[in-house]
Amino acid sequence: MAVNNSETMTINMGPQHPSTHGVLQLILELDGEIVTKATPHIGFLHRGIEKLSEHRTYHQIIPLTDRLDYLAPMSNNLGYVLAVEKLLGITDEIPERVQRIRVIMAELTRLKSHLVWLATHALDIGAMTVFLYCFRERECITDIYEKVSGARMTSNYFRVGGLSADLPDGLEGEIRDFAESMPGHIEEYEGLLTGNRIWQKRTIGVGKISAEAAIDIGITGPALRASGVDWDLRRDNPYSGYDDYDFEVPVRTGCDTFDRYKVRLDEMRQSARIVLQALDKLKPGPILADCPKIVLPSKKDVVNNIESLIHHFKIVTEGFKTEPGEIYHGIEAPKGELGFYLVADGSAYPFRMKIRPPSFVNLQGLPQMVEGRLLADVVAVIGTLDIVLGEIDR
Amino acid sequence: MSAQAIVEKLKAKFSAEILDVVEFRGETTVTVKKEQIVAICTFMRDDFGYNLLCDLCGVDYMGQTPRFMMVYNLYNITTKERFRIKAPVAEEGANIDTVSSVWGTANWHERECWDLLGIKFNNHPDMRRILMPADWEGHPLRKDYPVQGPDREPYKGRLS
Amino acid sequence: MVMTPEVLTLSETPWLFTGVMLGKIIVAFVATLLIVAYATYAERKIIGRMQTRMGPNMTGPKGLLQPIADGLKLFFKEDIIPSQSHWFAFILAPMMILAPAFVSIAVVPFGGDLQFTYDGTLYAVPMQITDLNIGLLFIVAMAGLGVYGIVLAGLASNSKYALLGGIRSTAQMISYELAVGLSVVAIFMLSETLSLRGIVAVQQLPLWGSDSLSFLPNWYIFTQPLAFCLFVVGSMAEINRTPFDLPEAETELVSGFCTEYSAMKYALFFMAEYANMITVSAVTTTLFLGGWGGPFWGWINFLIKVFAFMFFFIWIRATFPRLRYDQLMYLGWKIMLPLALVNIVITGIAILLW
Repeated sequence: MAVNNSETMTINMGPQHPSTHGVLQLILELDGEIVTKATPHIGFLHRGIEKLSEHRTYHQIIPLTDRLDYLAPMSNNLGYVLAVEKLLGITDEIPERVQRIRVIMAELTRLKSHLVWLATHALDIGAMTVFLYCFRERECITDIYEKVSGARMTSNYFRVGGLSADLPDGLEGEIRDFAESMPGHIEEYEGLLTGNRIWQKRTIGVGKISAEAAIDIGITGPALRASGVDWDLRRDNPYSGYDDYDFEVPVRTGCDTFDRYKVRLDEMRQSARIVLQALDKLKPGPILADCPKIVLPSKKDVVNNIESLIHHFKIVTEGFKTEPGEIYHGIEAPKGELGFYLVADGSAYPFRMKIRPPSFVNLQGLPQMVEGRLLADVVAVIGTLDIVLGEIDR
Repeated sequence: MSAQAIVEKLKAKFSAEILDVVEFRGETTVTVKKEQIVAICTFMRDDFGYNLLCDLCGVDYMGQTPRFMMVYNLYNITTKERFRIKAPVAEEGANIDTVSSVWGTANWHERECWDLLGIKFNNHPDMRRILMPADWEGHPLRKDYPVQGPDREPYKGRLS
Repeated sequence: MVMTPEVLTLSETPWLFTGVMLGKIIVAFVATLLIVAYATYAERKIIGRMQTRMGPNMTGPKGLLQPIADGLKLFFKEDIIPSQSHWFAFILAPMMILAPAFVSIAVVPFGGDLQFTYDGTLYAVPMQITDLNIGLLFIVAMAGLGVYGIVLAGLASNSKYALLGGIRSTAQMISYELAVGLSVVAIFMLSETLSLRGIVAVQQLPLWGSDSLSFLPNWYIFTQPLAFCLFVVGSMAEINRTPFDLPEAETELVSGFCTEYSAMKYALFFMAEYANMITVSAVTTTLFLGGWGGPFWGWINFLIKVFAFMFFFIWIRATFPRLRYDQLMYLGWKIMLPLALVNIVITGIAILLW
């Protein structure tokens, strides 16, 4: 008897679908409810940020990086700014206060990103209440963002060599209150989900990927740590003075959706810890490096000092020049390793900027993780990979 | 293993392939010929433990020969070290062997490189465009591709 | 002088009978519709409160006119019939879902007898549209009919998501109907009647006929706790409420079987969902919680119990994630069905022994 191969159904999930987290399109081949083949199609949000960067001065690129992973803008700012500082060779000249504030904001960003991940992940699996609880806390972080940078999402706060502005008065207390309240809130989410039998059934053993396969695919960040690989760039290749803080890197070995969930929740607790430590160590000081050719001088100097005026004029109109060379710098963004590869030709524009977005690489693991499983697991796996299309498509 | 030692071993094994060794800001870059790229990458992975391909991209040096440069940013998860390999690719029928058999992650990176720069990857399992629409003409990240897109006036609103 | 009330019949007092009957139908129908409308409001308010947000509060005082505004909006929206759909089945499907949901209300008793004198004769009118002697079977049958509407909606839309939703709900409702149907068998065995009125009457006796327990009514929830649990869980699955809302699982199937529906047809699906919720609450109340019996006046007791159940369903929705398809089938066939069978056997043995 001839085998009839046309018994699968092809279903088009996205780009307008409630749980593809943006404009991801998945072509699924279904045999009943079982996914036999999944093909991701990306690029619906491609804005050509890498191309645009080649026509912008180094400072003008910072706002573009906000739009990569729009759920964690300050992490992108940080990754880019650190890469440029490395290219310029001024990494050691960054004042201590700047580094502390960068760490505080980067960890708040991690919390912010993980809160949105938990909210949408839980909503995908059907737990609606967690979604709103998480957004309640995220709102506090967006408020802090607004007070610091003036914008709730696209912060554009860090500068090459420092920050755009110091923390406003009284904000340290607000951040401290928030960071202290965070572990309690995490308990609340865990109370709703961790022990819930349905949640466990939906996540344990779903979307398994072994450590070897994960490294081969290039999965980084919490997803890799849940597969038992103890690797965190903050600890292993410290930047921005992360070696100054006492924190743990949560690692679990279940390789499944539940362990990725637990790893991220533990990371949120550690982030709150780092924020508190950084606040304790925060001392008054300059918020810009002493590199007059790179960093904009203060307004007072511009008015009173001809040299500063000239620097100001040159930086604003031409940007600053770098030596020719190429560097790669990776940071531990909330979703994994965010890398910037910069090629400089000595002009004020990067010759080539390649962004290594963690979501782009992590998404590659999706077909492996869902094939042979049920349709409902696809949304669980999309959620657990924590993808953001702004960063995938660039 | 220090980057110096790796370079020495690479030179010993692939002496005819190494074109250049550069160190900049503490990062070592080795430029090799493209013919043996898969063998070199496999060697890097198996003998030095560079098990993670962080990033793969192409750079367009328009006006130079060879025009393109493939860049492989490697990472060793055990020793937490980075290493970079580059391979020049000529403009004429730009192509290079795929390393997706060495690191699975190269698959999409190479598709992106083909999509945006037009470098073909021999033996690639799935050589399609990834970010641009399937029927797009041209490769936008090439230096001779206008930033405002094809057939459009350049944007003049910016001050600089 | 105590008069024995006469029962109204069609043959003896045709006009009075018809009038009273129409009155009852209108009251029950309007009350159900109102409860449906305000169940949506209550759901949004209650879940809103549970999720630290406001819920509707702009339309009318405290947002009380919101259901009406929603209804009006949906009524005046453009009614789209996809060109590739089968138009007749497409239009029929929402009606086929809504009608059984409302018809089931007809056999649910919501109070004791209403007595009035007309033309010198005392008449007693049961507060129930009709007391079918196979009332419970009727309800199970109507619930079964509701499946057709969903299947039809899924097929007629000619859309893959709708089709998947339709398939899911067919499988789900058929498997859970078995467990639900079997769990109530134990009730018939105890009450020895299928009439819902009869079942309520039995539950008003003292518990297990014993005088020492006379402070407790003979509600079947005490005698049949397992059947009660099975019935409630199974009913939740049958009416597609969270955690069993797979047929319309928004994050997987967009909207499941009603993906292609718009305007009033879409509203009909929603009304059916809430009407089913009311029916299930009412039937559970009747079967396990002594119907209209209780400290207050008949139908008030009944409504309190029904609302308590609806609150419970809403609460569940705010708490639980959604099950997966295979887990749902596993629960239905491998846990609930055997338990229901075991329950019947145990009940049978107990009846034999006592």
